[in-house]
Amino acid sequence: MDIPFVELKGINKKFGTVVANQNVNMTINKGEIHAILGENGSGKSTLMNMLSGIYMPDSGQILLEGRELKITSPDDAINAGIGMIHQHFKLVDVFSAKENITLGKKDGLFIKGKELSRQIREVGDKYSLRIDPDKKVYNMSVSEKQTVEIIKVLFGGARLLILDEPTAVLTPQEIDNLFSILRKMRDDGCAIIIITHKMDEVMAISDRITILRKGESIATVNTADTDVKSLTEMMVGRPISLEIKRVTTDPEKVKPILNVRDLVVEGVGNQRLLDNVSFELSSGEILGVAGIAGSGQKELCEVLAGICRPKTGSAIFKGDEIIGLSPREIIRKGIKTSFIPEDRLGMGLVGNMNIVDNVLLKEYHNSNKMFMSRKGSKQISEQIIEKYDIKTPSVYHQVKKLSGGNIQKVLLGREINLAPQLLVTAYPVRGLDIGASYQIYNLLNSQKQDGVGIIFIGEDLDVLMALCDRIMVLSHGEVMDIVPADKVTKEQLGMLMLGHKNFDTEGHND
Amino acid sequence: MDALALFLQTAIQMGTPMLLATVGGILCEKSGHLNLGIEGMMLIGAVMGFKIGQVSGNPILAISAAAISGGLAALIYAIITVTLRGNHIVTGLTLTIFGTGVANYIGKSIVVPALPESVKAPFRSINIPLLTKIPILGKSIFNQSIYVHIAIIIAILAYIYLNRTRLGLNLRSVGENPAAADASGINVDLYKYVHIIIGGALCGVGGSYLSIVEIGWRDNLTAGIGWIAVVLIIFSTWDPLKAMFGAYFFGALRALGFQLQSIKLPFSGETISVPIQLLDMIPYIATIIVLVLITIRKKEENQAPASLGSPYFREDR
Repeated sequence: MDIPFVELKGINKKFGTVVANQNVNMTINKGEIHAILGENGSGKSTLMNMLSGIYMPDSGQILLEGRELKITSPDDAINAGIGMIHQHFKLVDVFSAKENITLGKKDGLFIKGKELSRQIREVGDKYSLRIDPDKKVYNMSVSEKQTVEIIKVLFGGARLLILDEPTAVLTPQEIDNLFSILRKMRDDGCAIIIITHKMDEVMAISDRITILRKGESIATVNTADTDVKSLTEMMVGRPISLEIKRVTTDPEKVKPILNVRDLVVEGVGNQRLLDNVSFELSSGEILGVAGIAGSGQKELCEVLAGICRPKTGSAIFKGDEIIGLSPREIIRKGIKTSFIPEDRLGMGLVGNMNIVDNVLLKEYHNSNKMFMSRKGSKQISEQIIEKYDIKTPSVYHQVKKLSGGNIQKVLLGREINLAPQLLVTAYPVRGLDIGASYQIYNLLNSQKQDGVGIIFIGEDLDVLMALCDRIMVLSHGEVMDIVPADKVTKEQLGMLMLGHKNFDTEGHND
Repeated sequence: MDALALFLQTAIQMGTPMLLATVGGILCEKSGHLNLGIEGMMLIGAVMGFKIGQVSGNPILAISAAAISGGLAALIYAIITVTLRGNHIVTGLTLTIFGTGVANYIGKSIVVPALPESVKAPFRSINIPLLTKIPILGKSIFNQSIYVHIAIIIAILAYIYLNRTRLGLNLRSVGENPAAADASGINVDLYKYVHIIIGGALCGVGGSYLSIVEIGWRDNLTAGIGWIAVVLIIFSTWDPLKAMFGAYFFGALRALGFQLQSIKLPFSGETISVPIQLLDMIPYIATIIVLVLITIRKKEENQAPASLGSPYFREDR
């Protein structure tokens, strides 16, 4: 224990002129779970990618059990016993679990299928990680994919396991399970680094915490000696309120505006992506949508935006049917959609275009002149930048060169600026740090108070429970239940997300 | 019966250059690189195989020259697309145009379009004892040039390599998801280089079948066979065994064209033969039909390698 397992000394890394890490120092011991906390862009992932050989530090030292280690490729890292589970899984979709697990291993020319399956089960049994070795990755749920990644790393004999935001896409039950596996590994003497945004998880799982701010390591503290409030302050650099308010809307503004009945969307092979989805929404209300990734959230957005035509079903918006209308007609009615996909750009913004042109995309058809005028869009862009505190060198800056949070604010700002009556927003805080997230929550709350009906598709159950009025839970495209957000527990939501409709009623009493 | 056996024998012969090029193309595409330079690499292999065969009189040198020249042409492609991350399609097309030019230029120095007996003799059809006794198939498959046998063995080996060995698994991961391969400690660029070059070598050998065994050298000898190979890669769903059937099917179409030339049809009192230009179209019309048909398939495993055509750079953010 005297010599730390891994020690980072004065690590620096720049991408072009952007400083990602500056003079980072930290130590990781055997048999500990070490959390790394930091806002977005504070350099957590970059730092870990240097340990796993994806990036190389510009300067600084990495010591493994006291000896200097040069990591120039992932191969070096694997040989040193460092395994990383990336935020976006690095698995080959068309391969089976065992093919992915054995990938890159040096063990004879031919693959011994049966022997491999046996070994995988052996490792799995030790940590109660269950996976069918022959299941293809494209048939797997997110948590199964994660299991494959963990077994793969263990299979490579890793003694240091790095997990980059492993809980972002898991249900509460899956998170509990993951944590118990991590604890077991720690007790076996593994060193574990976990990167996460979620404070309660950090407090629950970690032994020590290192805080990064703007690429620098601010402090390392023992979890037992600290609390959420002081951690947040170290992370953000100033005190910040951690309460999400559920605001009330003036009852006069609350009127039913959207009535969705029996929506069915079918995908390849008649698989139902949305299965008889029905719900109602009032103005001045936030309806949360919870569900495991790929439960029909995207399809719901697409139907309401007019991109995807359902097989059957109707959606009445203020007395008018909107199914069958073109996206532009729906926009004209006052329904705005902002969908933040995993890569943050995909739907909504064109990365290579600047802010003005992205605003123009939704404006130009309101003018009937032959040539476009950028004047109006420029003004709007300037308003959005000022109102939402978007950090950009100018309105003519390419959108994809902004940071994730700022991109999201441009998208949401543009939609809100169009004075919607119904706002559909999916994952608006995806990957945002605490400060930026709270700005977005406040934005949604003020829209709600103005009488906008909001559909909020989210990932973080704590946020959904705190911000929304009601929560609709989707599982395999089906509405499991619509529950009042202030009366439901996280566990109940988790059960619904997993498709268990009739959870234990004892938990239902309030 | 003899006519059928002869037809099958010819079909297999005519499919052999396509098979070699298709297997080469599969190896290349499995590394995630779309190489449209197959036609060019085949022509370079064809002319170099012929030229060296003529000058040296040594059959092994002839085949080696075809393989090495095809591999060198592929190396140009690899440098541009792997290291410099150039566009695969443009680079491949350019390689075809470049290869055609180089081959025709070298071909100008071939005055007498004939090979010495010492080169031709080893490639004549040989009877494999016993096996040729099998009715119909025996003669069609086993009474063939050594080239044909080599092509079949290469296709089978390629299948085993891709599906049963660790190296093959690593290669497939490079083509599917290079970031995953890289994170698993696989040297992505090395795999790409090696398989692009092996692919080019096989295309070169395929081209040399045309010049050494089938036709002899003439300008633009391949006449689109390289492009058919590009289609066969898709047709075979990147599977070297299925590529055998595809190649021989298209070989049969080529053979059919030759057979139909000799048929006379009665036409308003006279007999005429089917215009040769129409017959030449058969394989290409079939290509179009095949391309339409294969878009219908949806099975995940039968799709192109997922990262086909996109460059990989580890530090991309």
